[in-house]
Amino acid sequence: MSEPRHTAPLSVLVGALNAIRSAIVPAIAVAFSGIGGSGRILVALGVGVAAIVIGSAISYVGWRRLTYTVGAADIRVESGILGRAARSVPYERIQDVSLEAKLLPRLLGLVAVKFETGAGAGEDISLQYLTAAEGERLRRLVRERRDEEQAAAAPTDCEAASPTAEEDEGEVLFTLPPRRLLTFGLFEFSLAVFAVLGGALQYVDNFTGINIWNVALWRDFLEERGVDWMTLDARLQALGALTGLLGLVIIGFATGIARTVTREWDFVLTRSARGFRRRRGLFTRTDVVMPVHRVQALEIGTGLLRYRFGWHGLSFVSLAQDAGDASHVVAPFARMEEIAPIVAAAGFRLPDAATHWHRASRNYLVDRIVIETAIPLLATIPAAILAPFGVALIPLGLAVLLAGANLYAWEFRRHAIDETQVYTSHGFLSPQQQVATRLKLHSVEIAQGPIARWRGYATIHLGLAGGTFAMHGVPIEEARAVRRAVLATIAATDFSRLDTPPAAEVQALSSAQSGFSSNFAAT
Amino acid sequence: MDQTLAPSPAAPPLAEEGELTRLHPNYTHAVRLRTTLAAIPFLLAALVAEAISGDAGLLPPGVIGGPVLLVALALIIRVPMRRYSARGYQMSADRLRVVKGLLWRSDTVVPFGRVQHIDVNQGPLERFFGIATMTLHTAGNHNASVKLPGLGEELAREMREDIRAHIRRESM
Repeated sequence: MSEPRHTAPLSVLVGALNAIRSAIVPAIAVAFSGIGGSGRILVALGVGVAAIVIGSAISYVGWRRLTYTVGAADIRVESGILGRAARSVPYERIQDVSLEAKLLPRLLGLVAVKFETGAGAGEDISLQYLTAAEGERLRRLVRERRDEEQAAAAPTDCEAASPTAEEDEGEVLFTLPPRRLLTFGLFEFSLAVFAVLGGALQYVDNFTGINIWNVALWRDFLEERGVDWMTLDARLQALGALTGLLGLVIIGFATGIARTVTREWDFVLTRSARGFRRRRGLFTRTDVVMPVHRVQALEIGTGLLRYRFGWHGLSFVSLAQDAGDASHVVAPFARMEEIAPIVAAAGFRLPDAATHWHRASRNYLVDRIVIETAIPLLATIPAAILAPFGVALIPLGLAVLLAGANLYAWEFRRHAIDETQVYTSHGFLSPQQQVATRLKLHSVEIAQGPIARWRGYATIHLGLAGGTFAMHGVPIEEARAVRRAVLATIAATDFSRLDTPPAAEVQALSSAQSGFSSNFAAT
Repeated sequence: MDQTLAPSPAAPPLAEEGELTRLHPNYTHAVRLRTTLAAIPFLLAALVAEAISGDAGLLPPGVIGGPVLLVALALIIRVPMRRYSARGYQMSADRLRVVKGLLWRSDTVVPFGRVQHIDVNQGPLERFFGIATMTLHTAGNHNASVKLPGLGEELAREMREDIRAHIRRESM
């Protein structure tokens, strides 16, 4: 158990295949550029082969030199081809263990195992690659070790005594069937593909010397084929524009669906005694486990359009990172009724009819409008005097739009506080909400700029592990009351006891509610 | 916890929820010295510009150097004083409140129960003036470290011991 081990030998193959993949582009580049004259194909082949050989060799030596040790108190990884680096992570510091299988390793039955410690980006230990069975075994082992330690620290913890064998298949909380996935994809309309396409064209441009932005070139191309540029009448041109627009829309939807399907394919969120487990992905399949007590706050997001159709997304804020994202998506596209049980399982409560929402100060709204419209309004004056009639309407219209946007954004700028939780909401025409437990906050700051001080409102920043939580435009007296209340809760419990909430609170949290949209409508 | 930090009677009425304790008076001097050191390159640059434009007869003397000098004097003499009176802290049995900012006011409270670790730092300037900066680290992303500069050296250590004692008591 405690002797140093190597990762799976097949990872060398993955490294070699990756080397081939990264050798292709430079080889093609050499082949198309003028380097080497007539022998450039040979040069290209040489470059490619060299890249593959070197990449494979590095991959092999790296594999030979990397060992990991599963010790009694920690996991140690020693690596380095020239130097030697040893890193140790104690079990109690491991937030969760995630398994990730990209397309290539997945075909070979391998996974990348990552130990999340909540340290900054890139500082986590990652083992690339282990066999899927070994990864699974390691994860179970880490969890058992952690539980043992917790059980030793708190012998009364009955949860730690439950058998670990049944942990894999817990209660299924949320899935995304293909039909739902398709609807989700439609809302993810994206034209990002054009940015990629533009970049690719630029690449072609540089390497082939064909300037694709040259209009004359295309006109010549058409004329060569007997199309008279001038005879294309207005109707035909309009038809062309319409076709182009339609194509744009179709491509946008197709991109959205393709991206969503590859990312969220076969999305399954389960809940077992140990915590939440999420599996998703078509080509890159990820498997993430989050212990329930590590959930610091909830984020309920939605979009301008999907909000109108009643769709929302739920994420957990926790210390561990999720593919570069600060929060873990646990239900990307769901109805509020589906989100409610997940929220309840995490020990939170959704805002309901009893939640007393407070709006941001009216002064805050006025100031925001004044500040944001000041520049366009100032631009209107010289435009009205100097420019031809009508030009002044552009900045004026912009100012009106900004004022309107602020009015609508104010609609959802609210905050609330109750016995155990704090809530905030913001967003333009659709609410983005955050819910945090008062107990798991770390500090409270009341911040005021000069205008805010003069007009009597403030921003409350609450210290949240793994995320930020702010209430904007809160009237100053109210801000102080919120701070007093939150601090009374925080100071009552020490950090070291955060993971074991008092029993009374657990009971209070177990009743979940839904339908905050109607609550919004009511106010 | 025995409180030895009696609020100074001259504390301004910026305390909304209780009296704030003022920082060590040397804090003003330390800030002044730091600003002076930072201002020297600008003053030199202004002098050079002044000399060049004087040679070329472009601008009347003092047009560049005058304003720079005025701004530097304001920053060195007036601003540190204002900053000093804007800053303050309040330590109670289970929390520390730190108030700062001239224009952008910030009023932060850190409960001792959420302090991860405590630093007491002294730069060379601070050591010269016998003051120190205490930093409380929390697990929150916002206010991950709350700095309280301008404490007397002894006081900073006492405060650290007090907070540490509180943490130890709580986690046992």
